[in-house]
Amino acid sequence: MFDWLLKDEWFPKFDWRWDYAWEILPRLLEATLNTLIAAAAGYLIALVLGLVFALAQRSDSRILTFVVREFVEFVRSTPLLLQIFFIFYVGPQFGITLSPWISGMIAIGLHYSCYLSEVYRGGLDSVPKGQWEAATALNMTTMQTYKRLIIPQAIPSAIPGMGNYLVGIFKDTPMLSVIGVAELIHTANSIGSETWRYLEAYTLVGVIFLALSLPAAGLIRAFENLVRRKLGM
Amino acid sequence: MEDFSGFPLEIADENKPMVSFKKVRKAYGSLVVLDDLDLDVAAGEMVSIIGPSGSGKTTVLRMLMTLEQINGGVIYVDGKPLTHMGKDGKLIQANERHLRERRTDIGMCFQHFNLFPHMTAIQNCMEGPVQVLGMSKAEARDRGEELLELVGMADKKDQHPSRLSGGQQQRVAIARALAMRPKVMLFDEVTSALDPEVIGEVTNVIRKLVSEHNLTMLMVTHQMGFARDISDRVCFFYGGKIEEQGKPADLFGNPQRERTQQFLSAVKEAV
Repeated sequence: MFDWLLKDEWFPKFDWRWDYAWEILPRLLEATLNTLIAAAAGYLIALVLGLVFALAQRSDSRILTFVVREFVEFVRSTPLLLQIFFIFYVGPQFGITLSPWISGMIAIGLHYSCYLSEVYRGGLDSVPKGQWEAATALNMTTMQTYKRLIIPQAIPSAIPGMGNYLVGIFKDTPMLSVIGVAELIHTANSIGSETWRYLEAYTLVGVIFLALSLPAAGLIRAFENLVRRKLGM
Repeated sequence: MEDFSGFPLEIADENKPMVSFKKVRKAYGSLVVLDDLDLDVAAGEMVSIIGPSGSGKTTVLRMLMTLEQINGGVIYVDGKPLTHMGKDGKLIQANERHLRERRTDIGMCFQHFNLFPHMTAIQNCMEGPVQVLGMSKAEARDRGEELLELVGMADKKDQHPSRLSGGQQQRVAIARALAMRPKVMLFDEVTSALDPEVIGEVTNVIRKLVSEHNLTMLMVTHQMGFARDISDRVCFFYGGKIEEQGKPADLFGNPQRERTQQFLSAVKEAV
């Protein structure tokens, strides 16, 4: 009775070719590795720099706090894509010429460090004031207090936020394709332009992203529990 | 610029007090918490501080631990200025380095214990000696175990604070403070957050410290019976001043000031 709905011309021809999909899979998997490397390197930069930004915003120096605060706001309020272009294309005008890979990872790392600094800040603020007072009573320095007491206690509550941005950074790596980093989207584009077949390449890219992102949430939760247990909290 | 010319650079007297507050003033904005406080505590003396809330009694300990800055006067510990330091023969505000040097004489226990939750009992006791005093881990562990033994917590040394009761946590906190070998120990309402049935285990530890160790102690407490038992002297604080002080038998048995009488009878009624 719904025959009238199933007119052939209403459906685009769904022309999926398995043999072709198998053929391009190795190239895409190689690109997956590049994507993971870019994401991991960017994340590592963000983890370290984010902590530096978070600590700087808590320092006694008003100037430092102000400068870092404004910088973080600035980066968070402008698109990542613009930052990638800026570092790659405008950098050379200031005598800083970087390869696509390096510029990409710096851009992503810097961008996410600003988000992560907020996550850290929340974690650091959540440590009770009494811990600082106990540290003073034991005559510990500010550095020792952060390193031995405050940061270890701030980490567990920061892990969910840190995990979200790990997935976020992974899903943002395609932006690096605009400056020619051979990550997944870039590779899928090249495959498509070589053969004029886009369906298989883009579908596989989607499946790969999904397969890697989906388990992340569970793994992050398991990691958080592990850390909490290790710290006896 | 405040004038410190009336304050000595050092108290060199043979019978110098271990702790000396000289005209110490503390205010939050226009609210004066402590008003020209003068208080000397002799070496080895146990002084209890009692009084209604808001009378400034906890502030006395917090200033001595340098958790709060003072707004006037000078605090001396063991004859040397704590809150200030000498420069060109004059006293100036202490810098962080001076505070770190002078704080080694003082240890403190808090109402809410403030143990490090990510460390076991013994690790809590080792943290200060290893990180601050530069002691070897083996030596710090020995000392920590000795002190946990003293407070009756040796069997729980590998437990995290979350596994311990309030009384047990407070005993670990006392061991942690003692591990730094302070000359002066401060107890800030250490039994106030405890369930009634475990208060005794903490007060017993403090009793033991008083009878067996030659520590100078200042204790803020609401346990009048305990203060009366173990103190050499009791100070009743009211409105940022010492309203009355004396031997426990005199102050509790025969208070002279009206406010002291009112406070003590109010406390008695509450029990």
